[in-house]
Amino acid sequence: MAARPRAIVVGGGLAGLMTVIKLAEAGLSSQLFSFVPVKRSHSVCAQGGINASVNTKGEGDSPQIHFYETVKGGDFLANQPLARGMCEAAPGIVYLLDRMGVPFNRTPEGLLDFRGFGGTLYSRTAFAGATTGQQLLYALDEQVRKYEAAGLVEKFEFWEFLAAIRDEEGLCRGIVGQDLRSMAVRAFPADAVCLATGGLGMIFGKSTNSVVCTGSAASAVYQQGALFANGEFIQVHPTAIPGEDKVRLMSESARAEGGRVWVPKDGTPWYFLEEKYPKYKNLVPRDIATREIFDVCRVRKMGIDGQDMVYLDVSHIPKETLDRKLGGILEIYEKFIGDDPRKVPMRVFPGMHYSMGGLWIDYEADHHGNPVMGSPRNQHTNIPGLFAAGEAEYEYHGANRLGANSLLSCCYGGMLAGPAMAGYIKGLDRSAEALPSSVFETATRRQDAAYARIRGLRGSENPYVIHHELGKIMTENVTVVRHNDKLQGADHALQGLMERWHRIDVNDTSRWSNQAASFTRQLWNMLELARVITLGALQRDESRGAHYKPEFPDRNDAQWLKTTLATWTSDGPRFTYAPVDTSLLTPEARKY
Amino acid sequence: MDGKTITLKVKRQDGPSAPPRWEEFRIPSKANMNVIGALMEVQRNPVTVDGVKTTPPVWEASCLEEVCGSCTMIINGRVRQACSALIDTLEQPIVLQPMRKFPLIRDLTVDRTRMFDALRRVRAWIHLDGTYNLGPGPRVDPETGAVAYSLSRCMTCGCCLEVCPQVTLTSSFIGAAAISQVRFFNMHPTGKMHARERLDSLMGEGGLADCGNAQNCVHACPKEIPLTESIASVGRDMTRHMLKRLLGG
Repeated sequence: MAARPRAIVVGGGLAGLMTVIKLAEAGLSSQLFSFVPVKRSHSVCAQGGINASVNTKGEGDSPQIHFYETVKGGDFLANQPLARGMCEAAPGIVYLLDRMGVPFNRTPEGLLDFRGFGGTLYSRTAFAGATTGQQLLYALDEQVRKYEAAGLVEKFEFWEFLAAIRDEEGLCRGIVGQDLRSMAVRAFPADAVCLATGGLGMIFGKSTNSVVCTGSAASAVYQQGALFANGEFIQVHPTAIPGEDKVRLMSESARAEGGRVWVPKDGTPWYFLEEKYPKYKNLVPRDIATREIFDVCRVRKMGIDGQDMVYLDVSHIPKETLDRKLGGILEIYEKFIGDDPRKVPMRVFPGMHYSMGGLWIDYEADHHGNPVMGSPRNQHTNIPGLFAAGEAEYEYHGANRLGANSLLSCCYGGMLAGPAMAGYIKGLDRSAEALPSSVFETATRRQDAAYARIRGLRGSENPYVIHHELGKIMTENVTVVRHNDKLQGADHALQGLMERWHRIDVNDTSRWSNQAASFTRQLWNMLELARVITLGALQRDESRGAHYKPEFPDRNDAQWLKTTLATWTSDGPRFTYAPVDTSLLTPEARKY
Repeated sequence: MDGKTITLKVKRQDGPSAPPRWEEFRIPSKANMNVIGALMEVQRNPVTVDGVKTTPPVWEASCLEEVCGSCTMIINGRVRQACSALIDTLEQPIVLQPMRKFPLIRDLTVDRTRMFDALRRVRAWIHLDGTYNLGPGPRVDPETGAVAYSLSRCMTCGCCLEVCPQVTLTSSFIGAAAISQVRFFNMHPTGKMHARERLDSLMGEGGLADCGNAQNCVHACPKEIPLTESIASVGRDMTRHMLKRLLGG
């Protein structure tokens, strides 16, 4: 009897759950691994909404306009076929989520309500209060629970991904994981694996990301030969609340519902975004709003009380509207700062938010530029059998992501990844089960040894202190404004941290639920990716989207309209560049 | 900040069968700090007030915005999320303990699997014909939608179980969170079609009849979900459902 094909999905956020659902619909059972219970994944933090051009407000919106604005918002660095495929699929995706029971906000007629968002003048964003990501994640979590009850999905929660298993031909044949309670290291054979492990905000110390978003899994496969693309493109969200433990997002939806950004000037509010961008006003794309706030605070020294802070003001909006449309985020401000934003303006500053870059993936488009659904090339990394979806990959957002496109790209990526894995598995001439057991034993032994090494670290350095320093280096030098000398210095400092990593005292030798050892491993993986981000930025001598160098203030298509590809070597990342597919829209100047 | 310090008293336990112990830490105070921020300081220098080097305390955390439910623990005797527990509002020493109604894993972490199992028991999902593009979902009037939204914010954190006298380490009572989810799904136009299955799931051992009406749950819920209303509403539906069955309806 032939072995039953098996798929593994790592990561239980939106992208991972959608992948699992699509696999189940294709009749494939899957094992779902997650660092946290899937219902606690970082997707819960998405606030403002999900884009879909359904044009229910008589504004003449269309998926084609959504596509154009997505590509322009990303400063023409996104490959266009999948970006267009995503925008065309968007209305169907929002309807699907609606059918799953997501409690979206409604119009008086009982239809889905839509609001405006950054980088567009259309009402295109469906939303569930200001906790849309949480609501979407729960809906998919429920669908996966249904398949779990039916025996099609097996969950492994509180498990950490350690490595992909590659056979002698280089094919990915499963994963090695670690149970974060018993700390047992174990190999799981599979015919196809999808990494949907999210973003990497923890590399910047404090970000709007959850503390589990270390990029560690993506880094692990990068170190195993997977290409990491466009790493230097880091989105810094214009409005976040600085905190000791993290920076908390204050959603763009606050501005979409009429929130205004200002600082005092000669005793009266200066609405600097509205003044400079009369058309888009407070809803210019995030990279632009962030640079303007930086300019006001750092160059003009006009932040509130001379500090790195501007006002985000919703206090003029009726309380009923605020509670119905923004309740969730205003509650966050109230709980964490202690002031009521319905009465006083919020104090915000830009904070690291999203990685446009990630694992390189392929796709297949027909001669009209339409994605070929079910093609095994879709969402496929350069390692055969290893797929990626969600923020862990680089495909959809180019040099800057538009607000409310991330929930969409997670759903769409999962919808492509599931069928792609099913198609790939069908074409395999032998299954993982047919491989000699030594393939899996060797992989397990290697990870066992690596873990023993970490648990045995008895130096003098504290891993959490090194992480703290990593965050400072990255936030100061590799976020909004980038200078080549500082990038060079940052890379030098990163190498210093890597040296110190070897002198860590892991502080905990327990064989049970050892978080310090797990964190120490992730710290190394963060350091590896930090160099990819920093050196990628150093190489790219232009300004594009979120990547801004005062020394090279303009976009330079002749030299830099290309995808950055980082390959791991023991001496640090090696960079090559690939052309961008601009077959559907001709790059033009990006003006707002 | 002006040399102020914070004293944390943390209940430590190396594993489910290890003996518990208390450790005290003193760390510098910072503006707007919360309990997670304080614990992070301890991680960077895991030395007790007595100068003894120890292991960094183990806790569960993810979003730090009070939407994921991970960092739930007992802080100064009250169950809540550590991320939204601001130091300035807490009496010192700040006493941290794991939840008591769930099996202990290590230090401040517990095993909340029973809550996810409960969601499976009550069939907390909408039956779909498939994830294909079948057009828009059913219309929902905005008021019903608003109630649904308030119920859907449950983050499975466990506060309502922790304060419930009917829930113990060995009792089987399903708790308010899952019952409220039954209300959520049974009020949805499509969910309604399978309402009876969910009501059936709350019959029998550990079901709704085990609720003792203490009403602690609704006060403990960090998301202010109207849990007692949910219990009452589902209770009424169950009575109606049982009567119908008795009458052969």
